[in-house]
Amino acid sequence: MTLILRRPLRSFVLSLAILAALAVLRTAGSAQAPTRIISLVPALTEILFAIGAGSQVVAVSSYDDYPPEVLGLPRVGALLDPNTERILALRPDLVLTYGSQDALQAQLARAGISVFDYRHGGLADITREMRRLGAAAGRTADAERVATGLEQRLDAVRSRTRGRARPRTLLVMGREPGTLRNLNASGGVGFLHDVLELAGATNLFADVPRQAVTVSNEMLLSRAPEVIIDLRYGNAQTPDRDAWTAVSSIPAVKQGRVYDLHGDQFVVPGPRIADAAEAMARAIHPEAFP
Amino acid sequence: MRGRVAATVAGFGGLLLVVCLVAPLVGSTPISLARAFDRSIPYADNVDAQIFFVARLPRVVAGALVGAALATAGAVLQALFRNPLAAPETLGVSAGAALGAILAITFASEARFGPLAPVPLASLVGALSAMTVVYLLARSTRRPLSTSVLLLAGVALNAFISAMILFVQYLADFTQTYRAVRWLIGDLDVGAMGPIVASLPVLLSAALLILWLPSALNLLSVDADAAAARGVHVIRVQRMAFVGASLATAAAVSLSGPVAFVGIIVPHLVRLVVGVDHRVVLPAAALFGATFLVLCDLVARTLLNPVELPVGIVTAILGGPFFLWLLVRKR
Repeated sequence: MTLILRRPLRSFVLSLAILAALAVLRTAGSAQAPTRIISLVPALTEILFAIGAGSQVVAVSSYDDYPPEVLGLPRVGALLDPNTERILALRPDLVLTYGSQDALQAQLARAGISVFDYRHGGLADITREMRRLGAAAGRTADAERVATGLEQRLDAVRSRTRGRARPRTLLVMGREPGTLRNLNASGGVGFLHDVLELAGATNLFADVPRQAVTVSNEMLLSRAPEVIIDLRYGNAQTPDRDAWTAVSSIPAVKQGRVYDLHGDQFVVPGPRIADAAEAMARAIHPEAFP
Repeated sequence: MRGRVAATVAGFGGLLLVVCLVAPLVGSTPISLARAFDRSIPYADNVDAQIFFVARLPRVVAGALVGAALATAGAVLQALFRNPLAAPETLGVSAGAALGAILAITFASEARFGPLAPVPLASLVGALSAMTVVYLLARSTRRPLSTSVLLLAGVALNAFISAMILFVQYLADFTQTYRAVRWLIGDLDVGAMGPIVASLPVLLSAALLILWLPSALNLLSVDADAAAARGVHVIRVQRMAFVGASLATAAAVSLSGPVAFVGIIVPHLVRLVVGVDHRVVLPAAALFGATFLVLCDLVARTLLNPVELPVGIVTAILGGPFFLWLLVRKR
């Protein structure tokens, strides 16, 4: 009796084990991990190279210039002008798109090509997207390791600035060169706002629930920031400091606390964001980085 | 007649004076005038003074000059073309300014020419280049210009320059495109008297040319042949009107960007009130254009406190319904 019962049970368990082993083999096999990835989002390109999936990338967007390895890769347009024909001709098995590229996404779906859908978010979204992309690119463990490392570096910045006075800081994302006209600053939403607050500042425009605020001279003077971080990126090479002298009553200007930070790491929500956070924290709290 | 001109100037001038006196006192932040003018506080530390002299006064002055220039240019061109749809944008001067500004934003944001910022300078050069092109086209014939030829030349130049702008935009990156779009809305927050002073020579030459025109424009706006029969040197008047309006537009647009609506609607608004005689219409348009733009900017910088709107959005939102109301009421 027991023997009769046991025999089917044993074969059932055995067949389960075989199925499981087959499943493991299937996922471990390269059939599932994409080998021809096209990235239309520079932040995602940086993440792919950071998690060791750089060799799987076959083409990037026209805005990509980091890491240097991408400079030799084919370009397939960008956010507003993706070149669908070139994308399809490169026979990708995964295309990383921005959330608003729905026409492209539909075309890729019709062609049976997998799409990774992405939108910029807050600081916490960077490592979340990194893990999600790692899973999609077959690099789950690497993505986990890099994301954890990034989170540790960000935590280190946070704990260094914790408990210190939080100066009211204006984060300038752009302005007309040579003047303070059309000055664009970070509002209370987005990863730049998050990085600024993590670096131990109070965002001057935290109360404006938008990513970007256009700041007039009057708003600038009446809000009187204690620190100004003047970001430059892209091809803006030379510091442009003279314009601030017109608003000398602003504490940041009076006390020489206008910091000129230069580099794309400040505006790309990717793995270099820890560099950006450390640089900002150094500017805002030089005393915390002896 | 002289009495009517005087009455108009007094009326509209009074209105402008009141608006210009009130406008710098109002803003998103309350300031103390006593503190702003208190010489015992060093200017470098005086927030109220800096808000008054950096943020507000240049804005009001720029608004008055830009409004006056655009409205006058619109009135002159509407008479010259005998076309109620003519505006400072019609001849392509505005588009030329835009192309210059966008080229500077995209390719030359690092350039410095003494104290002048690259964007206003490039837009002035662009506007004057566009003006030169149309002028050379206009000069190529000895006869008085047919207004339809000038209009068509303007349309063609506008289309050509717009395509160039789109091409440059296509090459630009996102932040440059964003800045270009912002510039195209038009904005008066010039931040200092320097840019205003820089635009004065062009503005004054425009004023000198336009001052000669009113009587001739009255005849010309009816019929060119009739004007010639009455002793008007049609070719010369056309050229002066054209160059004057273009210079006014160039100065205004390089100072503030292409602020919409003022140039086309203010002349009509003024005609609804004072009639069609250009000896009255031109000064009235200049004064009311200035008043209108200063008022619009006052709304722009207080309506959505703590954020501010560019004035170019407010002009049409406020002016459109107001004009429609005036239009219907008059009929």
